[in-house]
This record gives sequence, structure tokens and C-alpha cells, in this order.
Amino acid sequence: MSDQKVDNGVNVQALLDAREALTEAPAAAQFTWRAKCDWVNGTHSRTSVEGFFGLGEEQKHRTEFSFDADHPEIFASEDNGATPVELVLAGLASCLTAGVAAVAQNREIQLNSVSATLEGGMDVQGILGIDSDVRNGFDGIKVTYNIDADASKEDIEALVAQSQKRSAVYDIVTNPTNITVEVS
Amino acid sequence: MVIGAGHTGLAVSRCLRDRAVDHVVLERADVANSWKTERWDSLRLLTPNWQSRLPGLAYEGDDPDGFMTVPEVVDFVERYADVVSAPIEIRTAVTSLSSVGHGYQVDTNRGSWRCRAVVVATGACNIASVPAVSSSVPSSISEVTPIDYRNPDQLSEGGVLVIGASATGIQLADEIHRSGRPVTLAVGEHVRMPRVYRGRDIQWWMDAAGILDERYDQVDDINRARNVPSPQLVGSPERATLDLNALTGIGVKLIGRLAGVNDGKAQFSGSLRNNCALADLKMNRLLNTIDEWAVENSRDEEVDPSHRFAATIVEDSPPLGLDLGNGQIRTIVWATGFYPDYSWLDLPVLDRKGKIRHDGGVVDSPGMYLIGMTFLRRRKSSFIHGAGDDAQDISDHLAAYLSNTTSVSYAKTSP
Repeated sequence: MSDQKVDNGVNVQALLDAREALTEAPAAAQFTWRAKCDWVNGTHSRTSVEGFFGLGEEQKHRTEFSFDADHPEIFASEDNGATPVELVLAGLASCLTAGVAAVAQNREIQLNSVSATLEGGMDVQGILGIDSDVRNGFDGIKVTYNIDADASKEDIEALVAQSQKRSAVYDIVTNPTNITVEVS
Repeated sequence: MVIGAGHTGLAVSRCLRDRAVDHVVLERADVANSWKTERWDSLRLLTPNWQSRLPGLAYEGDDPDGFMTVPEVVDFVERYADVVSAPIEIRTAVTSLSSVGHGYQVDTNRGSWRCRAVVVATGACNIASVPAVSSSVPSSISEVTPIDYRNPDQLSEGGVLVIGASATGIQLADEIHRSGRPVTLAVGEHVRMPRVYRGRDIQWWMDAAGILDERYDQVDDINRARNVPSPQLVGSPERATLDLNALTGIGVKLIGRLAGVNDGKAQFSGSLRNNCALADLKMNRLLNTIDEWAVENSRDEEVDPSHRFAATIVEDSPPLGLDLGNGQIRTIVWATGFYPDYSWLDLPVLDRKGKIRHDGGVVDSPGMYLIGMTFLRRRKSSFIHGAGDDAQDISDHLAAYLSNTTSVSYAKTSP
């Protein structure tokens, strides 16, 4: 390891401080994340995020972000955006990659480049209602990381493993979650 | 006042006597009660016999590399009670511990006591932890915890779902599967360890390399260290390694962590692969540390060559659900850990997770001490031989505390 200071652009000290503060004040650790979705036309919809709740009060992103979702033309749609299942892959990839950077910073490992490719297999007989034995969702997700870092292969594998252990989206995808859908 | 006459309470008694501190050891039943009444038949210590050492008593048998059975542990602890000639009040169950003046009041089924200092040595494993999701398990399934479990014959014929893959879970999975009841093992985070590495017991390496002596104030995150699950080890005459590969080798099916039970169907996490990868990586890190220690301390030549174990084999798509209503699973074994019983504790010393707040066994209440918990003061704290150093330290602190005041250290107040 060189004398140069490791900088992956992650403020680990702030994260560690937050961890300590929230251990003392668990109520402030209760967050609510929100998204708002508007139908545009056909299978095209637009979801935006801006406000969320955390640290005991309403919070706001720096700006509103929005995401277009649609289906591709082979599903007779207009392809105005990623399919929702691709957005799930995007969420998983971003969450794991943020985790890799944070864990690397904490372990003082300099990252030079990190890229991940994700594949989610799906038998669309499920969503098309052709075969009730086939589930709607992915039959599995494969994530392949390509990481250039100043560390051994084993240390890099440990980064990726630890990132899964601490990832919210990884947990959401691997474990069941109760969902309540209401019509107001 | 020392509460509990297991090996830790007795070690404390010995250390207090060495420091001329008057004391009494209260025991709810008999010496080594938990060992006599709350352990399964085949259990042996995870530590080799040579490591069974307490202040004033060392193993003197002819099988230093063997592992004590439960009756042998009971003998060992009873012998220790004789050796230290501890002032034990047996069949004296504490019903309440509260503060009074500058000391404590101890109410028992045989009268009340007052004391200036108290050592809680009641053990870490009084009650089996069973996750809340157990309430959704269909009534057709029998459920058993390691506290009630004795041997496979008490279970119905048919499939068994063992939840938890630490020392308890893997040992029970192994013997239950061998009894002809097909086992599915739900695996969350776990600690993988070979029984023997380079010809020496893994405990020998950790002992020699000082890993077991690592102190609570030396590790990065003591809370995390205290919550690390028990290692996948078994004490057997064959000194066999019992890891997940050994279990899949005899036909046990591995499945992810139990995530929920809905409409009679158990759901399992898709995180099995990563939990196995994490355990493999951590084991290899331990073996690297051992190899480095062997080279630095010129032991490299006298042991077998360095090697690595096969990665944990996980099938491509482990099942994510199990129907608990179709008769394939007849029994669930909750090998999901234990927690201490503090129902008798009437003192504001518990944190929000129900654990006693303490700094290396010195409780957040003057004159009160805790011993016998995982990583209390050292990595070895929860092992038999870990009691000695912890008891010495705590007795030093306690003796210093008492020397600051002059009244008697305990007295029976009623009846």
C-alpha cells in the first residue's frame, strides 16, 4: 500500500459518526423513502422522488429526480424508458456499488475502477399468464464485478461480500417484504 | 455475593478467596446445574481437554486432545467446587436483586441477603432464542429448542428443518440426519472453522497465536465481536471437521436464512451464497493469520504444510420456499441462539436489547460485576478456560472497590 491517502470520495468518518449517533438515538434512525408515479400513456409511466423522512424530520433531495419506465417495442410498447425490472437491476447495482466504495474506504483500499454487469433471467410465461407454475419475477440474478483496486483478489472479494451483507436493495430482493396496496 | 455455581462462579469464588474477600456463592439448584439439565446427550466441549483449565485446576487425564462429554464436564466442575472449597448455598434461587443503600439486596427462596458487591455468573445461555416468525408455524409441525432437545429419537419420523448453522445447528443437523430423518438446514451468517489445521487443533493455534487472548478494549467494534455466532465446530473422538460441506456430503440440504412463514409456507433468503462466501473468506483470513504467526515464531517447520479448504458448495438455485403443510417437514429445531434470563434482576442496568450494560464485566452499577458472557473481556471469555483470567481481573476490581469501604461484605438478613 502506498503512502498516498486513500480517497474513494466516501466520507467514512461522517458515516461512522452517524452510526454512533443513531446507536444512541434509535428513533432518528427511522426513515421513510417515497416515490410518486404518474401514468403517461400505454405502459409508459414516470416516477419521481424528492422528499423523504429521516433523522426525525422531513428531508429533501437536492433536486427532484425522475425516471421513465416503459416496455420495449417487442412487447408492442413505445420503449420510452427502461423496463421496471431493469430499474430493479439498476437499484441493486447502485446499492452494491455504493457499498463497495464505502467498505473500500473504510478498509483503506484505493479503488481505480469498479464496474458491474447484471443479468436477471426471466421466463415471461409467468407474466403472460401462460403457465401458473412460472413465477413473474426473476428466476435469479447474476452480478459480475470487475474491480481494479490496490488490493489482493481476496480483499476485493471480501469488499464485494461485505457490500452484499450491508445492502438495502440486496436485502429487499433476497428477502420477502410485506406490501400493502390501497386505492384511495 | 456470587450468583451461580457453574465454572465461572466457582472461578470467581477461588479468586475472591485468594484476595481474602468474604463471599457466598448462591446456586439455584446444584453445582453445574445447566450442564446437568439443559444439554443434549451427544454434546461435547468445543475445546480440547488440555484447554480445560481454571485457577487451581488443570486437566490431568490421559487424553489431552480429546473433548469432554457432558457428564465429564459435570465431574470436572464438581471437582473444581471441591478444589476451591467454595462457600456454596445450593438450592437457593435468587428471586430478586435490587439496590439498597450502597449495596444490594438479594432475595431468594431461602431468605434475603445484603451485600456490598455482587457478581452475576448465571451464564449466557439460559433461554433459547426463538424468532418471532415461529408464531406463524402451522400447528402440525413439532418444534424443539436445544434446551429441550436430547437426541433424535425424541423427534417424529420424517423431515426436520434445522434453523441456524452455528455450533448447535450443525451438530444437531448432523446427528438428526444420520438418524434417518432428512434434514434441511437454514443457514444465515456463520463462522466456518476446521477442527484441525496443519496437524494441530484450531484451538491450539488460536491459543498459541494469542487470538483467544485478544482483549475487549483492543478490537474495533466490541458489539459486533460479542454478537459473532459460535464457530461451526464439534468435539468428537475423531477430531472431525463438521462444516457445511461435510453436511451436504451426507445429504443434508442447505437453504437460506429463514425469512418468514406465510400461509403455511416458509420463505428463505436468497443470501445463502454470500453468507457462505463471507464465511469462507473469514476462515481464510484466520488461516492466513495462523500461517503468518507460524513463520514469525519459527513453528512453520514442525507442523504440516499450509493448505486451504474447498470453498463451501452451494447448489445453483437453492429453494426459496418450503411448504410446511405437505408432511415433508415434521419438526423444526430452533438452533437460533440463547439469551440470559434476567427476570430476577430489579436494577436499571439493562440496555434496550435487554443486555446488562458493562465495561469488560464491570457493570454500570457500583459493586456489580458480570462474568461468563461472550467476549466479556477476551475472545476466550465464553470458553471454560476463559473464566480464569476474567475472574482474576474482576476480583481485582471488586477487591479494590470493597477496600474503599469498611463494613462487612455480606450478611443474611432474613429469615
